[in-house]
Amino acid sequence: MSVTTHPSGAANTGSAGGEATRRDFLYLATGAMGAAGLAAFAWPVIHSMNPAADTLALSSTEVDLAPIKEGQAITVSWRGKPVFVRRRTGAEIAAAQAVDLKELRDPQPDAARVQRADWLILVGVCTHLGCVPMGQGTTDPRGDFGGWFCPCHGSHYDTSGRIRKGPAPANLHVPEYKFLTDTLVRIG
Amino acid sequence: MVHTPSFAHPIIKWIDSRLPIFTMLHHEYNEYPMPRNVNYLWAFGAIAALLLLTMIVTGLMLAMQYNPSATGAFDSVERIMRDVNYGWLLRYMHANGGSMFFIAVYIHIFRGLYYGSYQKPRELVWMIGVVLMLLMMATAFMGYVLPWGQMSFWGATVITNLFSAFPFVGDPIVTWLWGGFSVDNPTLNRFFALHFLLPFVILAVVMMHTTALHIVGSNCPTGVPVKGPEDSVPFNPYVTVKDLFAFSLFLIFYCSFIFFLPNFLGHPDNYTPANPMVTPPHIVPEWYFLPFYAILRAIPDKLMGVVAMFASIAVLLALPWLDTSKVRSNVYRPINRILFWILVVDCILLGWCGAKPPEGIWVILSRVGTLYYFGYFLVALPLLGRFEKTLPVPETIAEAIRLKHERKAHSKAAPAAVASLLFAAALMVGLAGPARASGGGVELPHHSWPQNSIFGRIDQAAAKRGLQIYREICSGCHSLRLVPFRALAGIGFSEDEIKAIAAEYTIKDGPDKDGAMFDRPGRPADRFPSPFPNDNAARAANNGALPPDLSLIIKARGGQEDYVTALLTGYEDEPPHDVVLPEGAFYNHFFPGHLIRMPKMLQDGGVTYADGAENTALQQAKDVSTFLWFTAEPHHDYRKQLGVRVILFLFVFSGLLYASKRMLWRNYH
Repeated sequence: MSVTTHPSGAANTGSAGGEATRRDFLYLATGAMGAAGLAAFAWPVIHSMNPAADTLALSSTEVDLAPIKEGQAITVSWRGKPVFVRRRTGAEIAAAQAVDLKELRDPQPDAARVQRADWLILVGVCTHLGCVPMGQGTTDPRGDFGGWFCPCHGSHYDTSGRIRKGPAPANLHVPEYKFLTDTLVRIG
Repeated sequence: MVHTPSFAHPIIKWIDSRLPIFTMLHHEYNEYPMPRNVNYLWAFGAIAALLLLTMIVTGLMLAMQYNPSATGAFDSVERIMRDVNYGWLLRYMHANGGSMFFIAVYIHIFRGLYYGSYQKPRELVWMIGVVLMLLMMATAFMGYVLPWGQMSFWGATVITNLFSAFPFVGDPIVTWLWGGFSVDNPTLNRFFALHFLLPFVILAVVMMHTTALHIVGSNCPTGVPVKGPEDSVPFNPYVTVKDLFAFSLFLIFYCSFIFFLPNFLGHPDNYTPANPMVTPPHIVPEWYFLPFYAILRAIPDKLMGVVAMFASIAVLLALPWLDTSKVRSNVYRPINRILFWILVVDCILLGWCGAKPPEGIWVILSRVGTLYYFGYFLVALPLLGRFEKTLPVPETIAEAIRLKHERKAHSKAAPAAVASLLFAAALMVGLAGPARASGGGVELPHHSWPQNSIFGRIDQAAAKRGLQIYREICSGCHSLRLVPFRALAGIGFSEDEIKAIAAEYTIKDGPDKDGAMFDRPGRPADRFPSPFPNDNAARAANNGALPPDLSLIIKARGGQEDYVTALLTGYEDEPPHDVVLPEGAFYNHFFPGHLIRMPKMLQDGGVTYADGAENTALQQAKDVSTFLWFTAEPHHDYRKQLGVRVILFLFVFSGLLYASKRMLWRNYH
């Protein structure tokens, strides 16, 4: 195969300095613009994987609280995940408020986790590896602290949904919610 | 056997001595000797390869959102267009990219035909290329089925039915292809799987194609091989920069379609969901199949038509042996050059015939075109090799360049580049509006629509009035099922106004915890509810006629807003005296066939506009057309704004690339 050569001579003689810097600037400007163009193309490609407008639009759920009696809990679906809505009894509220924060792995006072003391609203996903804890049904095991028990790896949550025993690192997450009326709450 | 790479960097050396990827890349795309005198027609192989990568990237992103089921496909594509971030851009890039891919490949093929690139020793390069074209055609055909519109469905039905032409095995093959008794869900699912697979097969075969080429070296316009170092330039940076410049210009052309004419190369019927009960009046394949379609229909016999169509590609495989000429390039073959250009015109003519109904003059022209096509390859080429008096061919490339310099002082590159840019600009500006206007063959009255300018801003006040028309008049019979209330933000409604509009509607929801369905007020995320629970109820309420959904009606009719406006105001109280009005039909000047089941709905003064605009029937028609233009493509304004910026960027970038290319090549001009 023939050996190829680069052009000799002419490029390097003459006004070498001016010619070379003009050339370099041109190549640099072209290269920079090309890189910018590629980045500008890459962004829509990547952003298309972010939640679409219809997914974002369905990001809140309204829950009617009227049928829930004291001591009862319901599970609703929000953003594809279960949300526990529990109407706590006086005993459960007292137990939650009486806990010494120093005993908690993820210290949080009960008052910081509820807007109204009798309504506890939590995302029903265990903060360990994502199973749905048991404790919603009246016959479900509630763990050693009267809240919820996750059967996957044995995490126990109390009546405020805080982690007390077991491998989960954090309390059950409290979603953003707002009481529209006394019996209607919007989650998310 | 020890491979000692010649790189300095230790990590690169470590990898390369175990897997010589860097040596391979250096050999194939860095130092590869490219003939010095190749013209810009040689850029189209690279352009095609870059387009393949673009199609794979955009296709992959679309596949993440697409639903390949007969019930969900159409809506999933509309979801991509409306809700997925930049989904409309990905879709238009992919749909128009397919056309661009064929444009680049057809130019690439004609370059090969003109310069004899198929001759020894490149026969296999050529034949692999023909295989690539077949793979592309299969991929494109299956891809077009995926949106599951009327053309998708009926194109699939017609083309798969071709195989029934074969005796004995024909019908079982068709049933096997369909996975059923007609094109249906099984067909769509397998077409999606194959459409996803084949581009990667194409990628692998492209690597075979370039390997086969690099072993023997590239052709050049002179048709003589590289014989010494003064005949060639190293691929990098001379050809890489030149190809990038060519690709940048091609991108301007491509982006003109994406941002300003995204549906020009498609067919409005594909914005109507597939209906196995109704065939569109004219089934046409995508433009790149039209010449083959013409050949198919030129032969009156079903089987022979199919054979002729396949033969038109098979004959290309035999080309290296059909052409007996010792001279490779048409530059030195004065007779063949003329016949070649006639072939080019012939292929365009066949394409034109393929788009026309198979009647009258079009059949005659198709037959003439088919005869010439086969005659060129099977008769002219073998004979010319023997009898053509060719011009003297230069001994070397260097000599060819010297002779060319003695003849003319300047190259044609700059004027050609300018011409193509002007062409792209003219396309954008001149055709920024609806490119096709047809309404039952009747001339449509044209209105000027603000959204059709190059900066396309929809008239929000008119769209709001159009929404009022839809709600007060059309929504009694017509659904708008693809439009959520939240989309109304695009015509200037505030969040509170949207909540108020939504709340006026009753939406069926449920089941509740007792298992019953219940009614609730609408929310922004809900879509406009349909006036009827299903199509059968709609027909029953309208004397058997189904009022079409209006979400996409503007894009689903060739005349777009002009057509809808004309239709709504085109009623005649008395039909012409030779027309009998059936029961329940009305005479409309612009409806295809003139007999429409919808009565005249818009009257002067029929609605009261809140903003006090004049409320003639024509104004109402224009306003509802403006609103429906918005519902058909909510992102239209942004598409055009982004398009202006992208094309401006590309013009500047092309300028820089051109300057870089000239700077690099200054000693070779």
